[in-house]
Amino acid sequence: MSKITTDETEILAQQHPIAPYLRMDRMPHIWCPTCGIGTVVKCYATALEQSGVDLDKVAVVSGIGCTGRVAGYMKLDAFHTTHGRAIPFATGLKLGRPEMLVTVFSGDGDLAGIGGNHLIHTGRRNIDMLVILVNNFIYGMTGGQNAPTTPIPARSSTMPYGNFEPPFNLPHLVASCGATYVARWTSLHIRRLTKSFNEAIHRKGFRFIEVIAPCSTLYARLNKLGTGFHLMQFYHDHAEIHHGIDTREVGIGYQDTIICGKFIDEEKPTFLELMNNHYRKVLGDKFVPMPLEGGMIREQD
Amino acid sequence: MSRTEIRITGFGGQGVVLSGYIIGRACSINSNKHATMIQSFGPEARGSACSATLAVSETEVLYPYIARPDIFIVMSAEGYDKFGDELKDDGTLIYEKDLVHPTLKEGQPSFGIPSTRIAENLGRTIIQNIVMLGFFTGVTGLITREAMRDAVKASVPAGTEELNLKAFDAGYAYYEEEYSRGKQSEEKGAVAAETAEKSQSE
Amino acid sequence: MKADPAGVLTGAHYLDGDFACGEGAMAAGCRFVAGYPITPSTEVVERISRRFPMMGGIFIQMEDELASMAAVVGASWTGTKSMTVTSGPGFSLMMENIGLGAMMEAPCVVVNVQRGGPSTGLPTMVGQADIMQARWGSHGDYELIALSPQSPQEAFDLTIDAFNLSEIYRVPVMFMMDECVGHMTEKVVIPPAEEIEVVPRKLSKLKPEEYWPYSVNGGDIPEMVRAGDGYRFHTTGLTHDHRGYPDMSAECQELCVRRLVEKIKHNADKIVRFEEEETDGADVVVVTYGITARVARMGIEMARKKGVKVGVIRLIVIWPFPEKRIRELAGMVKAFVVPEINYGQIVLEVERCAAGKAAAVPVSHGGGGVHDPNDVCQAILGAAK
Repeated sequence: MSKITTDETEILAQQHPIAPYLRMDRMPHIWCPTCGIGTVVKCYATALEQSGVDLDKVAVVSGIGCTGRVAGYMKLDAFHTTHGRAIPFATGLKLGRPEMLVTVFSGDGDLAGIGGNHLIHTGRRNIDMLVILVNNFIYGMTGGQNAPTTPIPARSSTMPYGNFEPPFNLPHLVASCGATYVARWTSLHIRRLTKSFNEAIHRKGFRFIEVIAPCSTLYARLNKLGTGFHLMQFYHDHAEIHHGIDTREVGIGYQDTIICGKFIDEEKPTFLELMNNHYRKVLGDKFVPMPLEGGMIREQD
Repeated sequence: MSRTEIRITGFGGQGVVLSGYIIGRACSINSNKHATMIQSFGPEARGSACSATLAVSETEVLYPYIARPDIFIVMSAEGYDKFGDELKDDGTLIYEKDLVHPTLKEGQPSFGIPSTRIAENLGRTIIQNIVMLGFFTGVTGLITREAMRDAVKASVPAGTEELNLKAFDAGYAYYEEEYSRGKQSEEKGAVAAETAEKSQSE
Repeated sequence: MKADPAGVLTGAHYLDGDFACGEGAMAAGCRFVAGYPITPSTEVVERISRRFPMMGGIFIQMEDELASMAAVVGASWTGTKSMTVTSGPGFSLMMENIGLGAMMEAPCVVVNVQRGGPSTGLPTMVGQADIMQARWGSHGDYELIALSPQSPQEAFDLTIDAFNLSEIYRVPVMFMMDECVGHMTEKVVIPPAEEIEVVPRKLSKLKPEEYWPYSVNGGDIPEMVRAGDGYRFHTTGLTHDHRGYPDMSAECQELCVRRLVEKIKHNADKIVRFEEEETDGADVVVVTYGITARVARMGIEMARKKGVKVGVIRLIVIWPFPEKRIRELAGMVKAFVVPEINYGQIVLEVERCAAGKAAAVPVSHGGGGVHDPNDVCQAILGAAK
């Protein structure tokens, strides 16, 4: 958390290629040195740039936690919501103005722990949103507590003798709920991750990308895994790419192989498509869909 | 400030709540009265003894629940067993006479109708409650026949209005044939007057 | 502006309070409802889900009340008027994101058809014991607005007012019905659309580069924009500055939270609404709301017949509370009598405002039914001595 102090560094910061996508007036960010989240933000911003989408129609929604701070740094319509509720908040945002491209950006504890119920139901409904889940295997912001993703027997501050609770295999969880696009990368896979984001931005439905990212301050320290650099080195040596693999095979063991790749990419009607088609069929001309620009009532003339 | 309290009871599927709704609508929308309807909720609403109550008044209804009904419309034996004791000693009992076999208190005005059979003869058992409403209208004189017919028309599913009005008229006719001739007709007038007079004042 | 006719079912209807509330929401221009079914409130969303597809509205049944309230706050930021509907147990779950709505200043309406509690309590029977929860339920300091209807007609009328107040003051508005009003069917007159006044979302006319989401320029209420219009704004549940950026300092907390509280306090005179009757020279004033206001009236008449001069304050807006009027009356009457279907909530507020100048007598009822009017009469007679 070094402070940028000199004019020169200010200027350098403004010249950063993704500066237009960030709230530079909020820099420096709060993430620790060697944290993986910044890299994921960089990849997402680059993907947005490459995608050619209208940025005025892009919203980012985050929950609480380290990754939950992403919304706060993105120069987009950005919502930093309550713990675990980014996905239902995003549901309201999407349905209230269907032309929005909504990205939920949050962590494993937020989305799969306290927000787990919302994750599965939103996948089931196939609400049109891109969910980027940064998984660092631990609760970072609150000091290293056990997460629903902590591998057995990794140590956390609330599992000081090592974790014994089986963790989620998140790609498998969301795939079985009906997600249309499921991928996993590590924060080392910068190009592949960026490409995956760009691809997912152009897909419809409930899209889910898990990004394994280092938490050197807590996960690595509590488990004596070295620095952020060592975790990146571990990803380099232990990540295997298997596109299209059965998601039952992609669970993550402690310091074990991390299977990456695009596991699912299929087209399915979204919640709004299902709803609109159904009502059109049942109600015919009586049906009035929610306008793309939302249901806001306006003063006449 | 006259107030008339009504309880309607029957088993699930007999249209108890719709009956209450129609009476309330006839009173409050088609006549110049106030009518508050409450339906029973909870497990008992799905069981065998459904119930709806109405408080009808010339002035605003303040207390929404009823204490002892002035008029008790009963379409099932179980409903009678459950709520029969509540009826005021001089309250009017209106019942489905094939299904309910009341033990009458002395001097209690009571009026039975084979409403299910009448409905069956009209082709649909489901309109039994509307037959009952026609009968109720004749017996009580609480609301005009036209106000009730309008409420029936406005409350039943589109396309079934004619059949339902036929049912209503059949119930009304049954009252006229069985009770409104000779001596009985005077009694009817008496019942209506008495109901209004004795009803609980607010 | 006038209501959009698409949502207005003009005419005389025989409706229960739940249906009337749903009609009020649609007339007010509500086009997004997220909810989770719970007795005795479910009929509100059943009504809405049947009619919404014909007017461009979306109802979504969420996985729980946490999600429902979060979705409502999210939808509010699109400019679409949004509402959720629940009862006690769901109201408890919604508190988290009611706080978010208060902090983000997102206009929306939360309907609570109160049943008996605590916990699962009496699902199908009446209670009025969530009144303090409506005021204090989410953690931290904030102020919001709560209304209480006494009839299906008011369930319609006041739901429109609830939406309008939420837009004017940028707060979640609590619509505190009770099971009795929710489930009682009475005549409800819905006027023509051109006779219904609705407050549209007022969007800032500032350019994106000039706009900050929580700038008030000396006022109380910031100008709002909506997602998707190019403002690229940021909002958060964290304590934030005028830019909507988190600022973890006592100074920022003071600025941010004081304004959340004061925007209601400063405007309380405009928001407070009650019916007052025969308080001139009264010995006793009955303070009442919701279904209890109707039942209490019978007890009041009984006491008047016995020669007691009884005045009435019927709360229509419960929060903010009519402190000023109760303080004034406290110097003139012997006592306030407060019947409510709980073991003493509004009576505490009356007692606080009376500040020892007049007694505040509770008439408690635990729920599952309404008061016996005679109990209210006896309390009045006792208080008048």
